[in-house]
This record gives sequence, structure tokens and C-alpha cells, in this order.
Amino acid sequence: MTTARGANVGIVIVSHSPLVAQGAADMVRQMVGGCVPLAWSGGNVEGGLGTHVAGILVAIEAAWSEAGVAIFVDLGGAETNSEMAVEMLGPARAAKVAICNAPLVEGAVVAAAEASGGSTLARVVATAEELSA
Amino acid sequence: MTLDAADLTALIGLCREQIEQHCERLGRLDSAIGDGDHGANMRRGLEAVYRERDAISALPLPVALERIGLVLVMSIGGAAGPLYGTLLMELGRGLATGEEEADFAAILAQAVAAVARRGRSGPGDKTLLDVLYPVQAEIAGHAAPLRIAECARNAAQATEMMLARRGRASYLGERSIGHEDPGASSCALLATTICQYFQEHAPS
Repeated sequence: MTTARGANVGIVIVSHSPLVAQGAADMVRQMVGGCVPLAWSGGNVEGGLGTHVAGILVAIEAAWSEAGVAIFVDLGGAETNSEMAVEMLGPARAAKVAICNAPLVEGAVVAAAEASGGSTLARVVATAEELSA
Repeated sequence: MTLDAADLTALIGLCREQIEQHCERLGRLDSAIGDGDHGANMRRGLEAVYRERDAISALPLPVALERIGLVLVMSIGGAAGPLYGTLLMELGRGLATGEEEADFAAILAQAVAAVARRGRSGPGDKTLLDVLYPVQAEIAGHAAPLRIAECARNAAQATEMMLARRGRASYLGERSIGHEDPGASSCALLATTICQYFQEHAPS
């Protein structure tokens, strides 16, 4: 699912539901095409509703960009598991990842639009988080 | 802490057995105020640790605890995975750098503080912390294992009347009152299991 590796900030979508995660990713793709690295993780290890660290790590790797990665989460466990996954990247890479305080679908689409213009991670995050202000 | 490989293997087996036995009850508690998967998630986590029990028990205790934490993080899912995982990983790290057994209560206190940071919660939020804080206090006061177990059970029951401030239960507001917190309940169950083992086998 990855394109434009290293160029623009990457987007990761983490939802308890694989359908929600994939659907949100589809909407991002429709908006920005292939110019933003994009990946999602949805569901627990058994494919049921939930989130899991290993899947989130795979998604971060898939959407990795040296410009950074912005993660969008739905409910509590998605955020906590994403934080855990980010820590497991080690301090150097973790510094390039941000978990956004923004609505999942709107946040990811707005962030991707910002990222597609080559904005920095801080700018991408700020734009998405304006939605929650 | 004098825990040898046989103790650790036995404790892993007992914790897995207890979670299995109470899986449905934990699920019911979670259904009342959350998403209902706490029992199944905990079972998946303990099963994963159990599958690795021989390799884990062969490790030095601090490394073994850290490994258990990592396995729990990777298998439980939900918010409970990172919370229990953080507790075990921090305990392991603390024991690795700590001095001697006298420091266990202090190391536990730090691990519990790490869980609180991870969950961005504190006392009275209706979470597993409401069991961890009093259990840590009993251990710091050198209470006997059965006393600690009793404290854990009482602490879990006391979450029934609390208003949830974290997790999905918090979305229910006042309707979260009147239900025991599933995380506190599983935490008390595991603490009780471990305490009973210590009582029966009395490692110093």
C-alpha cells in the first residue's frame, strides 16, 4: 500500500474495526491518490473487533516516511496500543511519529491532503488537530 | 523475591487457569460497561504466556517478567494489553536495576506509576489501578499474602460504586456506577492467585 516512500508524511489509520480502518483508508486514497504513504490496522489478532500492537507496527512500517508518520485512532485501546507500538520503534524513529488528537476519518483525510503538499509532520498534525479545537 | 523457574512455571499455569475459569464473568462485567471482550482478551494473553512458559521460566526473573509483559502487550489487545504489559515490563526493568528484595515494594510502586501514566489515570477512576495501589500499599507494609489477597478482592469490589473516568465505561457516565470494573476484577483475580501460591509455598 506504500507509495512515495520518504517523500511526504505517512498516514496510519488504527480502528477497532477492520472495515472502518479500510474504509477510512479508501477515503484518504480517493483524496490524495498514491502520493502519501498510507496503511491501516483494524481488528484484534483474531480478526475480531479490537486493536493490536503487532498489526499497528506493521502499518507504521508500511507507511513509513523519513518525513514522519501521523497516526489516527478511534477509541481508547487504539490509542494506548498505538502508543505502545510507537515506543517499540525506539526513540529515534518514535520521534518521527505522532498520534493525532483528531477524528479518525476527517483527521486522516485532512492530514493526507496537507501531507500531499509536502508539509512537515508538525504542520500535518496541527492541521488535523484543528478539527478537534 | 526468591522465585525459581518451577515457581514461575507454576504461577503462569495458575494464572492462566484462573483467567480461563473466570473468562465468562470478566466478559459479562465488561459487557455491562464496556465492549465485552476483557475475558476473551485476557484469556488470549495468558494462553500466549502459557505457550512460552518453559522458555520464560528459564530466564532470570527480571528478564522473564519483561518477556511476559511483552507477550501480554502483543496478545491481549485492547487497553488491558498495554496496561498489564507496562506493569510487568516495568517490574522486570526495576528488578534488573534494583538492589535486593527489600526494594520490591518500591519497584512495584514505580511500575504502578508507569501503568498510571500509560492509562493517564489515577486513584478512583474505576480501573485496575484501584486494585494495584492498595495491593502495593499492603506489600510495602509487609502484609501476609492472604491479607494482600483479601485487600485485592475488596478493592475490586469497591470499584462497583465508582464513576468511570477512563475507558469506554466513562462514556456511560453515572450509569457506570453499580458495576465492578472488569480490569480491576481481573487484576484482583491474578493478585489473589499469586498471593495464594506464595501463602502455600511460602518463598521467603
